[in-house]
Amino acid sequence: LAHGGGGKAMRDLVADVFVAAFRNPEMGELEDQARLSSAALAEPGAQLAFTTDSFVVDPVEFPGGDIGTIAVCGTVNDLAVGGARPLWLSAAFIIEEGVEVALLRRVAASMRASAEAAGVVIVTGDTKVVGRGSADKLFVTTSGVGVIPAGRRLAASRVRAGDVALVNGVLGDHGAAILAARGDLALTSDIVSDCRPLDGLMEAVLAAAPGVRAARDCTRGGLASALNEIAEAAGVGIELDEAALPLRDEAKGICEILGLDPLYLANEGTLVLFAPAGEAEAALAAMRGHPAGRGAVAIGRAVEAHPAVVVMRTLLGGRRIVDMLVGEQLPRIC
Amino acid sequence: MRGESITVRGQVQGVGFRPTVWRIATELGLSGEVRNSGEGVEIRLWGTALERFTERLRAEAPALARIERIETAPLDGPAPEGFRIALSGGGAMHASVTPDAATCPDCLAEVRDPFVRRYRYPFANCTNCGPRFSIVEAAPYDRERTTMRAFALCPDCRAEYEDPADRRFHAQPIACHACGPRAWIEHLGGGAVSHEAFSLLDAVDAAGGMLTKGHIVAIKGIGGFHLACDAADAAAVERLRARKGRRAKPFALMARDLETIRRYCALSEAEAAALQSPAAPIVLLQAEGEALPDAVAPGLGQLGFMLPYTPLHHLLLRRMARPVVMTSGNVSGRPQCTRNEAARAELAGVADFALMHDREIANRIDDSVLRVDLGRPRLLRRARGYAPAPIALPAGFDGGLRVLALGGELKNAFCLVKDGQAILSQHMGDLEDAATAEEAARNLALYQGLYEHEPELVAVDRHPDYLSSKRGREMALGAGLPLVEVQHHHAHIAACLAENGLPLDSGPVLGIALDGLGFGEDGTIWGGEFLACDYRSSRRLGCLKPVALPGGSAAVRAPWRNAYAQLMAELGWAELAMNFGHLALFERLEALPRATLDAMIAKGLNSPLSSSCGRLFDAAAALCGLAWDEQAYEGEAAMRLEAAVDPAALGEPDELAYPFSIPLLGGRGLPYLEPLAAWRALLGDLHLETPVGVIAARFHRGLAKGIVAMAERLSGAERSYPTVALSGGCFQNRTLLALVHEGLEARGFSVLSHERVPANDGGLALGQAVVALATRQA
Ligand SMILES: [Fe+3]
Ligand SMILES: [Mg+2]
Ligand SMILES: [Zn+2]
Ligand SMILES: [Zn+2]
Repeated sequence: LAHGGGGKAMRDLVADVFVAAFRNPEMGELEDQARLSSAALAEPGAQLAFTTDSFVVDPVEFPGGDIGTIAVCGTVNDLAVGGARPLWLSAAFIIEEGVEVALLRRVAASMRASAEAAGVVIVTGDTKVVGRGSADKLFVTTSGVGVIPAGRRLAASRVRAGDVALVNGVLGDHGAAILAARGDLALTSDIVSDCRPLDGLMEAVLAAAPGVRAARDCTRGGLASALNEIAEAAGVGIELDEAALPLRDEAKGICEILGLDPLYLANEGTLVLFAPAGEAEAALAAMRGHPAGRGAVAIGRAVEAHPAVVVMRTLLGGRRIVDMLVGEQLPRIC
Repeated sequence: MRGESITVRGQVQGVGFRPTVWRIATELGLSGEVRNSGEGVEIRLWGTALERFTERLRAEAPALARIERIETAPLDGPAPEGFRIALSGGGAMHASVTPDAATCPDCLAEVRDPFVRRYRYPFANCTNCGPRFSIVEAAPYDRERTTMRAFALCPDCRAEYEDPADRRFHAQPIACHACGPRAWIEHLGGGAVSHEAFSLLDAVDAAGGMLTKGHIVAIKGIGGFHLACDAADAAAVERLRARKGRRAKPFALMARDLETIRRYCALSEAEAAALQSPAAPIVLLQAEGEALPDAVAPGLGQLGFMLPYTPLHHLLLRRMARPVVMTSGNVSGRPQCTRNEAARAELAGVADFALMHDREIANRIDDSVLRVDLGRPRLLRRARGYAPAPIALPAGFDGGLRVLALGGELKNAFCLVKDGQAILSQHMGDLEDAATAEEAARNLALYQGLYEHEPELVAVDRHPDYLSSKRGREMALGAGLPLVEVQHHHAHIAACLAENGLPLDSGPVLGIALDGLGFGEDGTIWGGEFLACDYRSSRRLGCLKPVALPGGSAAVRAPWRNAYAQLMAELGWAELAMNFGHLALFERLEALPRATLDAMIAKGLNSPLSSSCGRLFDAAAALCGLAWDEQAYEGEAAMRLEAAVDPAALGEPDELAYPFSIPLLGGRGLPYLEPLAAWRALLGDLHLETPVGVIAARFHRGLAKGIVAMAERLSGAERSYPTVALSGGCFQNRTLLALVHEGLEARGFSVLSHERVPANDGGLALGQAVVALATRQA
């Protein structure tokens, strides 16, 4: 791809790749903005949800997806964990000069596929091509709009002592798959990223357990960071049970050799939610009944003790503080 | 008749000071009164023999008292009739709770005397001995605010308590068979035990009998539960290891007397004195003579012994001719149990029986650990018997702000500073353990209450993720207090300066801080540092070679990671394969996931660079075949390497010591100690099948020589740094300490090292506190 300084040829090419992939009625006219029906907002008490996120990942393609998959799933999931039904997405691309057009086509195709799976439409977008070294292959920014139906109020601050923490599946697969896919680390593995949209799962759970207090997708910083945010926001303690954590031996093996803690490994299709004890069974059953929640399990609960602190009961019977990390995983041991 | 007012400062309350004053004054025919005050002890005296009084007071001060200062001033007014002990004023920093103290000879004699009322009473104590800090719940220190509150004094005990001439005058934990705590024995599997079945004297005696029969017995002591078994019974020791889940960390031992210890260890006068001191710490001793099973302290040539320090322990060991393992009563990775219910729940699968008692332990406090190096007792773990005794700060630190310093992450202890005194808390342990972190928070509240301490300044380590630092930042933010972040190794050196009494405005010293890991000024990880230091500032002058830690904290646990990283840092695989491909070591290295490790190191993926001395030792121990996989406890690899040193080889010609050179980082930056030649020499010795004891000696000597050479070079011809301060956990390696200390002294440096404050992170909080104070006073 040539660095085009806004040249027409380049714009045409990009338009060809992306517009073709995302074509839909809202986008059709190629106006400077998408024009959306406000019908979905007409319901009294409904709220508009709006989020944005930028995505950089090395490598751009990995087992189970590519940067396009996570750009759509990431934004859809940020909406979904707030109880919103995602509707529309925007997508902006920063492309490094020299990237193959074929790669862009593959990314666009996976974005389209993920959007379809999530039931959202990509309605507007932008592309910029920058010189070699000014970006690493491809950066994607997506923004999303959704609607939170009347009566839904999911917030980390609503979690109460006694609530049960549930996750929808195995932890750390995305992080482990990315590390293995880098190639230079000489790790062989069959691990596939978990990236997938979670809006359907959330709808199913909320239908079965409308009292669910909060949900968080465990992306950067993993389960550990998501739980710490919730503990802090709610002013409750959280107790985790190490024996209950769904971890694949393969991911554990990769973590072991690299010295990483799987609790901090990124996920792109895994969330943790807190259900009141009385609805925990229903929530768990609803999760397991959904394709994105087959491996759902209860991993712990909110407690009155140690407010804002996450503590894990270890396999050996100890109690270890699982803290929010300020930086990377710097050794703390002297 | 002359009058005089006398103020005595130091550790003078709760130690039988006032009765001593009363006795001396009465004997000298002086009149007046004595009272406790916020300053210490206040005495008002009238009479003719006033000079004799202070003289005798110094000479006859009670065993646990420590007089820091006596101030006198003339007194007007008429002399009162006789001499009386007046009621106390309020408590303050220098006059509060004292450390727990081992049973005194008088109490021991009573416990052994069938004709006195405390015969075989396991909880006998007096003003010269007994529990103190471990039973305190709040200030001021009196019985109502200790766990002895539950026991109402019988008339006999009350009479002793109220008689100024009695050794038990105002001894708060005073008790006897009639009114005090009791001991009993129980089956941890459930069911009662009748000690009559053993035809023994009482429950304590029965517990001794069970130990002799090979049982594991949980024993409630002063600061927590112990797990005990016959140390000479290899099967019992192995069983205890298996049940406790403690693979290799050495077990502490208790023996009934010095004679018993001498059968297993060489014992110097200084070591015997430390064992018999009121603190009664665990003293690490060189094993010599009769052997104990290797499972007691696997791979180490040292044994940690203590003497009985309560009547219960004395009675228990009375008939035991052999030492007893006395290890902390917990399942590995958890803090020691202190409560009966917790012990029943947690230790049921570990101990067969428990010797319980009903005096609650308010504050967990571990046994202290000490070793005599270079003729001086040095604390490795500062807890029972030492904390919370104040440490007087050097000149220049009087007055000033009230500081709270939160310490490190491992071996955590915090420090309060007020009125020129530092109160360093007892060793608490690893804060990542939730129970320890909760206990640290509780202890902080307790100490703040005991010492009426409201901080004006908070000091923490610079590490972004230390839990102690996070708590400190939150506290400072919450209370609107200034926060000082102190670099880890600066704090180590400052702790050493403070405990050695170096005044605030002394010139800079050369600080040599050798430890595991600490967060550096430049955001990398340090651990082998040469710093130009005073209390206010520190500048890095040199370091050990920064080498990758492949796997971050995994490299702290697994020595092979450091062995590989050190070899690859300069040597490279090709040279290794060509010259040393035939070594057994090479096979082990070949089996590693090298491609992954190489990529991690090359890309810096979770492989931060570190100039750690601890990791250098891990690498050397791994190359020698003394350690490879996960270490069973912190410092295991280094301790095994030190234990392996053949003392005879320490006398070899200098050229045989492994050479470390001193190039500049990046060709022009800091000077650093380059181990490349040392590794080549070590591999060469492996090739020659040199005994590992000789290799270990050559490594220690080479490193020490390198350190001394670096000090000389940094100090220069103009001798910029006549004083060198040594700190950091690696200086708990006695061979390294001795070689470096002696090497520096031989070259004319004056050398400061740790004694009362641990060289490891247990002393960090003191250093943080003085640095914060100095920075703010500047
Ligand atoms: Fe340290
Ligand atoms: Mg996001
Ligand atoms: Zn006594
Ligand atoms: Zn009594």
